[in-house]
Amino acid sequence: MLERAQVDHVARLARLELSDAEAERMAVELSKVLDHIEKIRELDLEGVPPTSHVVDVVNALRADEPTSSLPREVALRSAPEPVAGGFGVPSPGAGGE
Amino acid sequence: MNATEYEPVIGLEIHVQLKTRTKMFCGCELSFGEEPNVHTCPVCLGLPGTLPVLNARAVHFGLMIGLALGCEIAGRSQFHRKNYFYPDLPKGYQISQYDVPLCTGGHLGDVRIHRVHLEEDAAKLVHASASGRIHGAERSAVDFNRGGTPLVEIVTEPDVHSAEEARDWLGLLRSTLRVLGVSDVNMDEGSLRCDANVSVRPAGSSGLGTKTELKNMNSFRFLAQGINAEVERQVGLLRAGEQVVQETLHFDPRSGLLTALRSKEEAHDYRYFPEPDLVPLVATPEMVEAARAALPELPAARAQRFERELGLPADRAHELAFRTELADYFEQALAADGSDLDPIALANWIPPLIERIGSDTDPAQSLVSPASLAGLVKLVSARQVSTTAARDVLTRLVAEGGDPAAIVEQEGLGAISDADGGLAEIVAAALAADPDAADKVRAGNMKAIGPLVGYVMRETKGRADGGEVTRLIREQLGLG
Amino acid sequence: MSDEIVELTASQAAAAVHAGELDPGELFETYRARAAADTLNAYLWVSDRTPAGPPAGEPAATSSPLGGVPLAVKDLFCTEGVPSQAGSRILEGYRPPYSATVVRRLAQAGAPLLGKTNQDEFAMGSSNENSGFGPVRNPWDETRVPGGSSGGSAAAVAAGLAPWAIGTDTGGSVRQPAALCGIVGLKPTYGACSRFGMIAFASSLDQAGPLTRDVTDAALLLRHMVGRDPRDSTSLEFPEPIELPTREDLRGIRLGVPDELVGEGGGVQDGVRRSFEQTLELARGLGATVEPCRLPHAPHALSAYYLIAPAEASANLARFDGVRYGLRVDSGADLVSMYSRTRAAGFGPEVKRRIMLGTYALSSGYYDAYYGTALRVRTKIAEDFRTAFQSFDFVVTPTSPWTAFELGAKLEDPLAMYLNDFCTVPMPLAGIPAISIPSGLSEGLPVGFQLAGPAFSENRLLAAAYALERAIGFDSSPARRRDPGGSTP
Ligand SMILES: [Mg+2]
Ligand SMILES: [Zn+2]
Repeated sequence: MLERAQVDHVARLARLELSDAEAERMAVELSKVLDHIEKIRELDLEGVPPTSHVVDVVNALRADEPTSSLPREVALRSAPEPVAGGFGVPSPGAGGE
Repeated sequence: MNATEYEPVIGLEIHVQLKTRTKMFCGCELSFGEEPNVHTCPVCLGLPGTLPVLNARAVHFGLMIGLALGCEIAGRSQFHRKNYFYPDLPKGYQISQYDVPLCTGGHLGDVRIHRVHLEEDAAKLVHASASGRIHGAERSAVDFNRGGTPLVEIVTEPDVHSAEEARDWLGLLRSTLRVLGVSDVNMDEGSLRCDANVSVRPAGSSGLGTKTELKNMNSFRFLAQGINAEVERQVGLLRAGEQVVQETLHFDPRSGLLTALRSKEEAHDYRYFPEPDLVPLVATPEMVEAARAALPELPAARAQRFERELGLPADRAHELAFRTELADYFEQALAADGSDLDPIALANWIPPLIERIGSDTDPAQSLVSPASLAGLVKLVSARQVSTTAARDVLTRLVAEGGDPAAIVEQEGLGAISDADGGLAEIVAAALAADPDAADKVRAGNMKAIGPLVGYVMRETKGRADGGEVTRLIREQLGLG
Repeated sequence: MSDEIVELTASQAAAAVHAGELDPGELFETYRARAAADTLNAYLWVSDRTPAGPPAGEPAATSSPLGGVPLAVKDLFCTEGVPSQAGSRILEGYRPPYSATVVRRLAQAGAPLLGKTNQDEFAMGSSNENSGFGPVRNPWDETRVPGGSSGGSAAAVAAGLAPWAIGTDTGGSVRQPAALCGIVGLKPTYGACSRFGMIAFASSLDQAGPLTRDVTDAALLLRHMVGRDPRDSTSLEFPEPIELPTREDLRGIRLGVPDELVGEGGGVQDGVRRSFEQTLELARGLGATVEPCRLPHAPHALSAYYLIAPAEASANLARFDGVRYGLRVDSGADLVSMYSRTRAAGFGPEVKRRIMLGTYALSSGYYDAYYGTALRVRTKIAEDFRTAFQSFDFVVTPTSPWTAFELGAKLEDPLAMYLNDFCTVPMPLAGIPAISIPSGLSEGLPVGFQLAGPAFSENRLLAAAYALERAIGFDSSPARRRDPGGSTP
């Protein structure tokens, strides 16, 4: 069972604002899924190496040669707050909290 | 009160921007003070759907650094995602090496290296004031030019025990990296950045106290200042019976103070996991050999060579070798003169040169060519110019350049010698002018010779050779 | 003429163009008009004009390999200057400055972009009800789901709104909607197709794949999708050219039926089981041997999948933060609130659920128990397949335990929804290819038959699927013939 406090902590890590109702529902739903998933913890996996890649490739390296960059107006085209040639954001540490 | 002595225990974490042509994971060129956001592409902006591809030269430089520090190279290393939200981190994670870094172990000087790994740099946040908003938070603007620049992170063991030691060791690391040609290693410009983990413990004990992490000490001076301030603070706490809290402290160069970063919100949980977009990195024997072949002579080895082959005292050898530009200049001067210039004599002239051109200046950038310094030292060694006069000549060379022999000639600074006949007469005049001193010297009190020599130097405007003057005084006083 | 054009498979249409019997402009315009009149909500964007000609430097349609046959593309493929939203409101209206490698390759081979198809948001779903732009309807029964997450692509092809389409498969997202819509869907070997330009869901699992009317079309499209891309480190050169299948028997082919997936545990519907068994009978008739095989860890694949995929997704979706593109909810708030509100407003409930699950599985103190364990299960699943392929050419299962279900039927029960993927998740975990072909109808709804083979066995897989397809003789045209503006047939 996932506690409400854990849900709140994870939501903060994931930068998701959840309403009270959402967080409550999330605790129930995730608990149900985790109950099912947790069965794999009963498997004997002693000495089994983890698989993080299924392709048998190493060293896909790129030569250190420049390719063209985007014109700045293209880079900024989708920006919600283009400002002074950059991407505007609330200053970290500024404002409420 | 029983005043316990405390010993600082310091480990350093150094981030080095590599001098590749392009970024770590995309083909954008590295940026040097350009307009914001002119070196970006879909990859380094973290646009949806983009994937990283590792820069081969960054790996090569990483291997060179590892080998130069005597590390063990991992046969197979991998990249992880380090997850956290910050506007300078376009993907919401930094690609970095975690459980298996490229290099481990090794040492530089007396400090052991814990690990050396590859990662990507963050972008830059610039404060953007007055964006015309009526209400709301202060604004910043993100410039992604720097984002994705290849970094090597070097982590030492906690083998450093004073701020000064930390500063000196970082100097050695900087010159080593500079010789390797893998980075500009410029602290002002941020291509070399150093954080310190600081704790203190009762002197003689072997345990480790609670450490704090010091960030943003972006000069050698600030590094020493920051560590000293933190050591003092921690010792103060312990003396007062309080405890050190583990936290991250930010150095403010204006006040020289350390302030805690707010950290309760974050409670760092980076959720590292293997980067699925990159395949494992296998340092093949060919790659390691290529890196080894690219290694030049390193500062520590060069200092040893200066001691062993040129007979320089250890201090002087380090002083030159640990600043590559000084060592290079020194060796060029040594080679400039066909005749056998005494390396020790030449080396002794480097500090006066540095004093005159400014301690941070590369002598190769000055008006004094290695050949002209060699020429000056040769004149001194041949007693054609006195040491005192030679210092004046050096001052002239620094200001205007030119040929030392010509300056000596022009200014009439050539040494007055016994052979000219003039010097013996001036010595005689000195003995006559100060019979007291002459008597004392005659009686064996050599300390009294000072005023006599001083008289001669005044009379000759420093052109007399000190040794020659002493010899003449002793001779005229009948001391043989 | 329009109806006749729509009756042609993509390969037939390409052949007609090559033979000078069909004008590629007319072909495009026919489909463009049908796609624009879409009532299934299969499309999120449709090209507003017929391309004037091939891309610069490329051969004319008549001499290009794909003959100018237009292509429907899942929304999550980036297409330069064209909305690419991954079915999410957080990317509403986003037009990327570049195109995905696979889309570029197909356009260069002569398959121009017809439109962008609806999907479950960020490919998270098995019913297409998780789209930020509304659900897609199944052309066989508009009260039912088309499957997901490539539901728009599947519905468009099944309804004759596109000659062919591409989608992506992470845990079954090409094969399952293909099954539910009565078409062919192939998930290639991991690394066979470049992922560059695919808006990532789970990077170690995602693969692009064709959704087509028949196996031949799948082979033709796949031929021009595969190949190493220097911009995707995990892509590989396909070891041989993809061939168009011609084999009509299955002599010497050994099919393995894993009890762990097909037995009681899988919850396979009766009608689906019947169709599956009939297909096995047909296979025997074509000369194949059919025997039980073991995949001991396959029942745990779903659990491993629902840890690995959300974990990777939690990182992949961190870039949607309102800074560089997409939605932002700001209102003068501080940075952390800007992030949290933007993401809360932009992501739908299923995406939030998976981000939460993935973040939790990676978080301090839980990594080993969850993510680490899942990676070890993954190793065992890949081993199981390797062992099975020592005795069998292919492992076969029903693609989905169920036929298309009613819209809304499983929305309130995430776990029940996840069970859709029971038979399709083991293959991406092992990185191996699998194909779904229609094996018939159950109560008027299509059933899919899945074949999975070893890595890079696509040619053999396509050959076997082709032989079976001919023996089955499934007629997908009822759905296709219907007037796109009209009602259920
Ligand atoms: Mg770092
Ligand atoms: Zn870039």
